[in-house]
Amino acid sequence: MLNIKNLEATIDNKLILKGFNLNIKPGEVHAIMGPNGSGKSTLANVLSGKSGYEIKGEIKYNGKSLSELSTEERAQKGIFLAFQYPLEIPGVNTNIFLRTSLNSVRKANGEKELDTLAFLKLIKEKSSELGIDEKFLSRQLNVGFSGGEKKKNEILQMKLLQPKLSILDETDSGLDIDALKIVAQGVNSYKNKDNAFLIITHYQRLLDYIKPDFVHVLSNGKIVKTGKAELGVQLEKTGYTNLV
Amino acid sequence: MKAEDLKNNKEYKYGFTTEIENIKSPKGLSEETVKFISNIKKEPKWMLEWRLKAFNRLKVLKEPNWQKPKYPKINYQDLYYYSAPKSASEKPKSLDEIDPKILETYKKLGIPLDEQKRLNGIAVDAVFDSVSVATTFKDELTKKGIIFCSISEAIQKYPELVKKYLGSVIPLSDHYFATLNSAVFTDGSFVYIPPNTKCPMELSTYFRINASETGQFERTLIIADKGSYVSYLEGCTAPMRDENQLHAANVELIALDDAEIKYSTVQNWYPGDEKGVGGIYNFVTKRGACRGKNSKISWTQVETGSAITWKYPSCILQGDNSVGEFYSIAITNNFQKADTGTKMIHLGKNTKSKIISKGISAGNADNMYRGLVEIKNKAINSRNYTQCDSLLMGNKCGAHTIPYIKNGNATSTIEHEATTTKINEEQLYYCNQRGLDQEEAVSLIVNGFCKEVLQQLPMEFAVEAQKLVAISLEGSVG
Repeated sequence: MLNIKNLEATIDNKLILKGFNLNIKPGEVHAIMGPNGSGKSTLANVLSGKSGYEIKGEIKYNGKSLSELSTEERAQKGIFLAFQYPLEIPGVNTNIFLRTSLNSVRKANGEKELDTLAFLKLIKEKSSELGIDEKFLSRQLNVGFSGGEKKKNEILQMKLLQPKLSILDETDSGLDIDALKIVAQGVNSYKNKDNAFLIITHYQRLLDYIKPDFVHVLSNGKIVKTGKAELGVQLEKTGYTNLV
Repeated sequence: MKAEDLKNNKEYKYGFTTEIENIKSPKGLSEETVKFISNIKKEPKWMLEWRLKAFNRLKVLKEPNWQKPKYPKINYQDLYYYSAPKSASEKPKSLDEIDPKILETYKKLGIPLDEQKRLNGIAVDAVFDSVSVATTFKDELTKKGIIFCSISEAIQKYPELVKKYLGSVIPLSDHYFATLNSAVFTDGSFVYIPPNTKCPMELSTYFRINASETGQFERTLIIADKGSYVSYLEGCTAPMRDENQLHAANVELIALDDAEIKYSTVQNWYPGDEKGVGGIYNFVTKRGACRGKNSKISWTQVETGSAITWKYPSCILQGDNSVGEFYSIAITNNFQKADTGTKMIHLGKNTKSKIISKGISAGNADNMYRGLVEIKNKAINSRNYTQCDSLLMGNKCGAHTIPYIKNGNATSTIEHEATTTKINEEQLYYCNQRGLDQEEAVSLIVNGFCKEVLQQLPMEFAVEAQKLVAISLEGSVG
């Protein structure tokens, strides 16, 4: 599904990713762990198509080069990024944002747009799965949301848009244990053989709830070690210092 | 600019011209022109005298020039002050008698005058260049004693009401453009709501400038008698031309005891092209008097068109406990300029005013909020709250806020909040990542920014206004 070869990414004349390689197949869950400044968020931004980065190397998504696609085209083709810091958009009702988003994606894929009624039915179902109160959906997008509410909202959007590749950028940071469990349940319930996850995190604790197939250690813009789920547990005990 | 270029400019969809035979006044501003207008409208003597008084006053007045957007000197002798479709010289008695070309024009604008099609139960007065061509739902309103007709008709039929109130809020000698309007105003709407009557439908006037080299000088007068309520909406469009056309309207509102007037404007005059050629000069005087106790006047405006918008819809809060409100969205793109805001003059006790202004500036445009809040010494226990937000798109545009605040007593309070923000790249990225393209993202964010104002509009027009907000900013990012 995703094949990254010798990726280099530069921002403000600073080289962040320095020959990054990664292959993800449908149905797999990959975790990327690493210390601050190792390039984790840059990876998420580059994959989702944020502007400002100078890119070298190759990123193929389902056989096609990603660099030719705009941010919205990548989203429409099934790349989803759960933001580390979801943005507040004052005056925009959460429901309206979610519906606009879903319909943009549907339209791009030649599907019929959902009318208000059909959308409300769908969103009610999805939000109750995550234990999200309906009142929450009529609030302004992320405005005055707690950290946990913002992250739950990201997972709700993921479940709504049904992406092929979901990138979770430090979704666990700032979550209490209950919120963490809900987020993990949300991910686990969406996981299937056709879609894949790239989970970016500092800590092992999210991986206690979402079992990764592979754990990669990112350091100084490169993957320095790859292992199975046990690698995460080991890192929790020994820290990154031995590896980086 | 050639006609072909104009055709290629797809941004402004109301830019077409209707080929129609016109009756025009002699060119230029003179006593003859004033007499011509009064004569063609078969006005009574008192009306002509009123106009001539204004005309004489105009001779000693100077055009103001303190505004931020400057413009080349207007040659008042080079304009036509009256232009009317020939077919309307005898006012049509029913819709069947209206020139089909005019009906077609309004249909293209999305304003069906055909009552069978009932525009969501909204009564419409349609003003084409200098004359009112049709007023719908007249009979239904008459049953309730509501008068909704053109001002020309009101001068003939209800002279006592017109004499009593015309010029009572905007005095004849107020300032250059108001006085000019008083001398040469051609048509506009007249509304009278009798005591204790709630007007059962939205009243609406649709202004269309069609003829070239023509100024539009409309005059609107709305009177809400004791305990009555009316919601009124005006819309405006004009063809695309490479000349600048002047629109200098006067609008007067009077609310008596316990009455409420809600006045909404969706202004979409031709803004000029991307290089700033052509467009309407929208120099308008709008003023409401809350004359009675507990009365309320609320202005809502969505200003997206015009080359220059220069207006301050105001409230004079004379009655005790009266309330004035001003909700505004002003969008300027390309080379458009706006200098707009409001004046809230508190005279009565316990009077309240609220100002919510949202200015959006893109391209090379310049957007200015200018407002006066004045609480006089006898207006004890009065309050004002003002919030001015500016949103900038790109780095060549400008936003300015100039509040004038005068508080004449110690028991009153005035609050002013202002913010200026640039459209946030991170927000756009977030929207893009959710599948929205750039235009959709901008539209969503900007509509969110304007929400407090948009929700003041009558339902039927809120949707239209949201679309207009998005269209006005097309191509301004990225």
